[in-house]
Amino acid sequence: MLQSTAVPLPIENVDTDQIIPARFLKATERKGFGDNLFRDWRYNQDNTPKADFVLNNPTFSGKILVGGKNFGSGSSREHAAWAVYDYGFRCVVSSFFADIFKNNCLNIGVLPVQVSESFLSLIFDAIEKNPNTSMTVDLPNQTITLDEIGKHENFDINPYKKENLQNGYDDIDYLLNLKEQIKDFAQNRPF
Amino acid sequence: MKKTLFDKVWDAHVVHQIEAGPDVLFIDRHMVHEVTSPVAFLGLKNRKIGVLYAQRTFATADHNTPTINQHLPVEDPLSANQLAALEKNAKEHNISYWGLGHEKNGIVHVVGPEYGITLPGATIVCGDSHTSTHGAFGAIAFGIGTSEVEMVLASQCIMQPKPKKMRITVDGALQKGVAPKDVALFIISQLSTSGATGYFVEYAGSTFRDMSMEGRMTVCNLSIEMGARGGMIAPDQKTFEYIQGREFTPKGNDWDTAMNYWSTLHTDEGAAFDKEFFFDGSSIEPMITFGTNPGMGIGIQKSIPQAENSGKATYEKSLNYMGFSQGDEMIGKKIDFVFLGSCTNGRIEDFRAFSEIVKGRKKADHVTAWLVPGSHQVRKAIENEGLLQILEEAGFELREPGCSACLAMNDDKIPAGKYAVSTSNRNFEGRQGPGARTLLASPIMAAAAAVTGQVTDPRTLL
Repeated sequence: MLQSTAVPLPIENVDTDQIIPARFLKATERKGFGDNLFRDWRYNQDNTPKADFVLNNPTFSGKILVGGKNFGSGSSREHAAWAVYDYGFRCVVSSFFADIFKNNCLNIGVLPVQVSESFLSLIFDAIEKNPNTSMTVDLPNQTITLDEIGKHENFDINPYKKENLQNGYDDIDYLLNLKEQIKDFAQNRPF
Repeated sequence: MKKTLFDKVWDAHVVHQIEAGPDVLFIDRHMVHEVTSPVAFLGLKNRKIGVLYAQRTFATADHNTPTINQHLPVEDPLSANQLAALEKNAKEHNISYWGLGHEKNGIVHVVGPEYGITLPGATIVCGDSHTSTHGAFGAIAFGIGTSEVEMVLASQCIMQPKPKKMRITVDGALQKGVAPKDVALFIISQLSTSGATGYFVEYAGSTFRDMSMEGRMTVCNLSIEMGARGGMIAPDQKTFEYIQGREFTPKGNDWDTAMNYWSTLHTDEGAAFDKEFFFDGSSIEPMITFGTNPGMGIGIQKSIPQAENSGKATYEKSLNYMGFSQGDEMIGKKIDFVFLGSCTNGRIEDFRAFSEIVKGRKKADHVTAWLVPGSHQVRKAIENEGLLQILEEAGFELREPGCSACLAMNDDKIPAGKYAVSTSNRNFEGRQGPGARTLLASPIMAAAAAVTGQVTDPRTLL
C-alpha cells in the first residue's frame, strides 16, 4: 500500500533516452542514477535547472510519477528504472507502458500501474487543480484511488510478479531452485 | 495443433511453466556488452554464485568504445573503467571476450551473426533492445534488463510471459532506391512506436524473402521501434547458406541434425495470429523521419503531416525540438552531419549501397560524415571489395567499429541544434548528443544527403 502525492508528466512516448541519457550509463555500480533522471529536460547544458520542468517545480512532489501514454519506450537500459527508483519514486502510472521498461520496473521494486486513458486524464486534471492531490495504490487489492474524490480503478499485474513484490522474492532464487531441471534440459539442446 | 514459427521455437525452450505466471525459458546464446552487464556480475558476486554456462555466453565491447585510435588507451576514465570491468568479469567467469582491438570485436548484433553464434531456432538474449536483429535467422531474440542479464548468467534461463503473436506480411518488389530500412520505417510509421507492444512479430511475404540476410537483419533490428519485443523471419536456403561454415555453427553430423530441425521452422498453414497486417511493398517510397520517435516517418516526397487532436502537445513539442513546422517539405532541408553505421545499418551491404551513390561524387563541404563499420570483419570487407578507395576518393574517411553516434556514449556526439541524417535506429531527443536533431534514413538516403548537403530523394542520383 502506497499513499502519496504525485508528479505529473503529461507527455506521450517518454523514451528511456529521456529518462536517463546514454552518457550517464557508464557506472559499474547501481548508484546515483536519480541525479540524472530526465537530465536533459531537467537541466540546461550549463547544468542550471530548467525552471519549467516539473521536477524543478517545488509545487509537485511525491513517490508516484504519472506519465503520458507509452511510457518507457526505447532501450532496454534498466538504468532508467534505477533512476526512477533512486530519485524516490516507487510507482509509475500511465495508460500504456513499453514492455522492457515495465519488466525492469517489476524486477527492481517500482510498481508500474496501467490505467485507462480516461482515468489518466482524471489524474492529470486532479493534480492540475490541486498539486497536493493524494493517491492510494493498493497492491493487494490492485486498485488505484484518487483519495479526495474517491474515484478508483483496478489495475492488472501478473500474480507471480505480485507475490514477488509483496514478499521481496527474487526470480534468481526461484531459478536456482530449478537448477537440476535446467541442467537436464540443457543436455538435450541440439546447439 | 497448427503452430506459428514463434510457437515452435518458444515451446521448444520452455523448461518450466509457472501457474498463472511467466514461463521459464531456456536461453541458447547470451550476448554481453560493457554497459548493461557490470551490475549483473556484481549481483552474482553478492550471491556468491558463478555463470552456469560460460560457453553459451559471449562478451564484446561496443557501446562505449572510441571509433578512432583504438590502439591507444581509452581517454574517458568512466568508459575505460566499464571496459576494464567487462574484461575482468569475462576472464573471471571464463567467458569468451572480444574486447577493443580484438579481430572479432564489433557491435554485438553484427558479430553474433558473423561468427555463427546466431542460429535458426535458437533463443538469444542480450542487455540491449536491438537484440531483435538476430530474429532474421529464425531465432527468438530479444533485449533484456540488467536484472535479467544476471538471471541468465546465473541460470541460463529467463522468466517471461509468452507474448502475443503478430504477423506482418509485405508482398511485392521494392522500387529501385528503396532499402530494407525504408520497409521497416514505413511499417513503424503505420503501426506507431507502440503499435506492436506486447507482441512478437513474424515478417512474412515476398518482400522479406527477396531480401538479403543483411536486409532482414535491418528489418528485425527495428522491431523494437514499434514496441515489439522482437521480430523473426522463417529461415530458408539463404539463411542456411549464410551461416554454414561459420566458426560457431554446427559442423558435420551436428549440421545435418540441425538442418533437419531447421527445415521444420516455418508457420504452419492456418496457424493463428493475434493480429495481422498486410502491406504492398512495391508502393513503399524512400523514408525519412521528421520527429523524435521512429514512428514519425514519411515518404521522402511528402510533407510533414498536421497534428492530430490526440497527442497534439507531444507532437508540437517534437517538431519544436526538430526546428520543423507542420506542412514543411523534407526535401531540400540543409543537413550538417551524416552517420553511416550501427547495428541497424553497419553491415557490408550498407557500405556497398552508400558507396554506389557517392562513387564519382564528392562529399558536400559543410557536411561532417562519420562512417563506422559494425565490426572489423565489415571493415576488412570494405577494404577488400575496393569500397574504401571509392569512399576516400569521394572525400570520406572510415572509422573503427563500434556503436558510435547511434547512442553517442563515446565522443561521437552530434552537436546541439545540428541536423544529422543517420542510418541508426532512434531519433529520440538527445539520442545522438544533447540537443542533436536526427533524421533516420537508409544508407542510400544518407549517401544522397552526404553528397548534396541536404535532404535529397536518392532516386534522383541513381
